[in-house]
Amino acid sequence: MSDHSADIDKHVRIYILVFVSLMVLTLVTVAVSYLHLPLPMAVGVALLIASIKGTLVACYFMHLISEKRLIYTVLGLTVFLFLVLLLVPVFTVADKVGS
Amino acid sequence: MEIPYTVSTRQDTGLNNGKIGIWLFLASEVMLFGALFATYILLRVGAPTWPHGSSILNVPMATFNTVVLITSSVTMVMAWASLARRRFGTFRLYQGATVLLGGVFLVVKYFEYTAKFHHELFPKTNTFLAIYFTMTGLHMLHVMGGMVVNAWLLGPGSKLYKTNPEWFTNRVENSGLFWHFVDLVWIFLFPVLYLL
Repeated sequence: MSDHSADIDKHVRIYILVFVSLMVLTLVTVAVSYLHLPLPMAVGVALLIASIKGTLVACYFMHLISEKRLIYTVLGLTVFLFLVLLLVPVFTVADKVGS
Repeated sequence: MEIPYTVSTRQDTGLNNGKIGIWLFLASEVMLFGALFATYILLRVGAPTWPHGSSILNVPMATFNTVVLITSSVTMVMAWASLARRRFGTFRLYQGATVLLGGVFLVVKYFEYTAKFHHELFPKTNTFLAIYFTMTGLHMLHVMGGMVVNAWLLGPGSKLYKTNPEWFTNRVENSGLFWHFVDLVWIFLFPVLYLL
């Protein structure tokens, strides 16, 4: 490890901050679910909170905030293909088979 | 023969090979779970009715498990930070806590599953339960896999620390990346299955 002790101390403070944020966001997402919002809004809010939590975990616990270019390239391609995969169900709307 | 680039970084990538290896593996994992999330969307959009997760599943238990898994992610990253500061005793404490919290997650999941089976709710019962058991079951297998590796690094695998602490720290960092990924998947599974 090239990290110096002072750097690690700074990291540890960030980990604790991220931990507290993740706990608060977990409580918020559960609390919002009890409001019984209309489905599109409920989906939007739940996914927004999950995305913020996921970003915090990826950036700070997985150190993606300061990673090398090659990792970003691999993950950029992965994110693109992941989005394509999630859009596959949309194509069923345009599917005219059986109509 | 010595394995190259376990500690030193390759000039062309700026990374050690273990780091690239684990990220490529995680990329394939994103696609695996991505396929299941796409399946979930397709099934839900195509279904005439879909139950609200909380009407079938136990939200307080799942909330507790979310807290457990997030906490285990923090103990995992603290285990790595302890090694980076060459504090082996502290590493053992945090690594032990990570494995233990993984165990707590599985025990809670066991009670959740058995409660469903007790009420005659099986994967074959309906589409919602089929995708619920598939996604949480696959996730649970990942928790088990992560626990095995983390337990090995806590036990026999930790011998490497005495001879090559830097290589051992890299191993813990990479197993940590997998563990955080497992946490990340749960962060999305929880609202999608339980809260919507």
